[in-house]
Amino acid sequence: MAAAKKSVTKETGQEKGQDKASGAGSPPDFTREQELRALRDMLLIRRFEEKAGQLYGMGAIGGFCHLYIGQEAIVVGMQMALKQGDQVITGYRDHGHMLACGMEANGVMAELTGRQGGYSKGKGGSMHMFSKEKNFFGGHGIVGAQVSLGTGLAFANRYRGNDFVSLAYFGDGASNQGQVYESFNMAELWKLPVIYIIENNRYAMGTSVTRASAQTDFSKRGISFNIPGEQIDGMDVRAVKAAGDRAVAWCRAGKGPFILEMQTYRYRGHSMSDPAKYRTREEVDKVRHDQDPIEQVRNRLLAAKVSEQELKAIDAEVREIVNASADFAQRDPEPDASELYTDIYR
Amino acid sequence: MPIQVLMPALSPTMEKGNLSKWLKKEGEAIKSGDVIAEIETDKATMEVEATDEGTLGKILIPEGTADVAVNTPIATILSDGESADDLGKAPAAPKAAAVAPDVAQEVAESRSPVGEGKPMISAPAAPGAPKAAAEPDPEVPEGTEMVTMTIREALRDAMAEEMRRDPDVFVMGEEVAEYQGAYKVTQGLLQEFGAKRVIDTPITEHGFAGIGVGAAMAGLKPIVEFMTFNFAMQAMDQIINSAAKTLYMSGGQMGASIVFRGPNGAAARVGAQHSQDYSAWYSQVPGLKVIAPYSAADYKGLLKAAIRDPNPVIFLENEMLYGHSGEVPKLDDYVIPIGKARIVRSGAHVTIVSWSNGMTYALKAADELAKEGIEAEVIDLRTLRPMDTDTIVASVKKTGRAVTVEEGWQQNGVGAEIATRIMEHAFDYLDAPVGRVSGKDVPMPYAANLEKLALPSVAEVVAAAKAVCYR
Repeated sequence: MAAAKKSVTKETGQEKGQDKASGAGSPPDFTREQELRALRDMLLIRRFEEKAGQLYGMGAIGGFCHLYIGQEAIVVGMQMALKQGDQVITGYRDHGHMLACGMEANGVMAELTGRQGGYSKGKGGSMHMFSKEKNFFGGHGIVGAQVSLGTGLAFANRYRGNDFVSLAYFGDGASNQGQVYESFNMAELWKLPVIYIIENNRYAMGTSVTRASAQTDFSKRGISFNIPGEQIDGMDVRAVKAAGDRAVAWCRAGKGPFILEMQTYRYRGHSMSDPAKYRTREEVDKVRHDQDPIEQVRNRLLAAKVSEQELKAIDAEVREIVNASADFAQRDPEPDASELYTDIYR
Repeated sequence: MPIQVLMPALSPTMEKGNLSKWLKKEGEAIKSGDVIAEIETDKATMEVEATDEGTLGKILIPEGTADVAVNTPIATILSDGESADDLGKAPAAPKAAAVAPDVAQEVAESRSPVGEGKPMISAPAAPGAPKAAAEPDPEVPEGTEMVTMTIREALRDAMAEEMRRDPDVFVMGEEVAEYQGAYKVTQGLLQEFGAKRVIDTPITEHGFAGIGVGAAMAGLKPIVEFMTFNFAMQAMDQIINSAAKTLYMSGGQMGASIVFRGPNGAAARVGAQHSQDYSAWYSQVPGLKVIAPYSAADYKGLLKAAIRDPNPVIFLENEMLYGHSGEVPKLDDYVIPIGKARIVRSGAHVTIVSWSNGMTYALKAADELAKEGIEAEVIDLRTLRPMDTDTIVASVKKTGRAVTVEEGWQQNGVGAEIATRIMEHAFDYLDAPVGRVSGKDVPMPYAANLEKLALPSVAEVVAAAKAVCYR
């Protein structure tokens, strides 16, 4: 099983000589500050998503609600490799990406409940949120669309001659969409600075990768376009960050796109309405027990003699943010009826 | 008896072309299949192959001659035993030379129907159009010099002017750069603006439409050319779900200032998959603006407006009109407001509403009707979304009767929408149900006679107008 592997990195780009990005055997250790930041940011996403699940159950959140629980190390690790001005775009499982980008929990939660204080004034919902300020370009509900759009963000960077990088996140399911490969082709052809991050959580909705993909090593999906790729343990935030550093350096140096397959696992269903008949309880429990990205960091911190008290303080801070966001999202009024006809044209 | 080689047609609708080069000299031996000359139109260059054997007798049209009419004898071929002395003899039944597209052409041609349209009857020039150009666009100052140019040139000038004005504007699409445009609309842009801003894409509509929208979300102003809108079907998701809806879904934070342009609707003899009119499809979508002009001046002024507009704009061109000329005001900044219809011809008896190539039928029908004493008011809608309901309704309140003309299908068509708006806003003024002339409810057939039947005709517009006038 993919996610049970140790950190694996491999070169899949065709011969690139000295230009090859070099993978690392085991990820370099984080500093104490990095560990604490990673823990805090992952915990925020975990607690936020748990709260969103509760609110969904209470009927406060409507429609679809896709939770990111289990995959937190990916967005948190990648964000640590970015600089101000880099762009992020993703699909519909997007709450974690937004929080990692620094978007306010209040605004995200209020969007989930469809209130005026939500990032899209309540008009976007769970799958469609954006923040110009934080360079977060959505939140897209059509599987795979964000891959072309994210390539377009990279096109804009290249056109303007800046050194920003765009991150296009998508899943193992989206990896089978045609426009992904159309984008790969143009990205390499024009040397666009885009990192394609394939979050392989092993199930596209209810279909396992082995039932949907002829090539289940997603790091190889760029081979026919000469795009290098690596397979990364997406449950280890250190491995993610290290891979992110390599890919970002590759892109900033003008060498074109890079593919990172993040091997991960979602603990919850595809959406809140998922009966989860396609996998066993034992499978889920085993990943949670053996590989949980947050527990990995917590254990390392404890081993490094960080006090339980300090970790509890982080817990408390995060819970406070999340509880406040839930309160806000339920108190905040729905958008005014006049908003129905705004923001169609500008 | 010497055989005459005739100026061949590159397409069923081509009427003339340039004889750019002779590849054989007088007196040179020719085998069947030899390339003897090169001819070109403003869209394509083709090689002329000999279909007969013999000797090139006399070149009748020297190389470099422009505007040689189709079927003009361009050379004679002497059969074995014949000499130059035989040249004076009356030719046998003339044979047209075969046209061999070169490989590069073939790739594009198979995707880009080539066809020169019929001469455009522009309103001011329309024979027997007594009340032509009833309402010139108010933004043109009196005494402005008018320049005659083709619609193709008007489009190119609009893009070039906007690219000079704003460095964020760029063009991308298939064959827009080095090939100079499948229909030569982007001719010369690569030379002026370079490969950074005039970008050849692979044949990958879904992908490059998405890349264009992404670049627009990041603040650039792309002009995405589809070789034809038939191929934009592949990109429909990015156009609707990403370009049109993002501003709303983001609560006004970000949208896409982007133009999708290219030929729409029927060309000539290219069959069902290359001949669809998407006017109704796009104009249904909130978040999009949809423009479909008819005259050269409108093509220029509205494309400039579309490029400047901060919203996604669908700019529907018509291949049949590309080669047609019209007068364009010589102004530094000729921008026509989006969303305003134009009364091209005023009349008291019946309102005819159309747009794009539909105007060709509408204006000719108005001429016919005038001969029978029916004065038609012809409205060129120009913009389909937002639709200028006021102009239509004001006209119908005056005439009491209306006919819509479109090349697209009737069910859920733009004509249906216009009829509904007339019913909603001018019901009490109507003296007859609104008539609709449209493309027939079939995929576009290939056979020339069937294709003609599938499209609207002047006679149908005349009949519909008379019907609503109870004549």
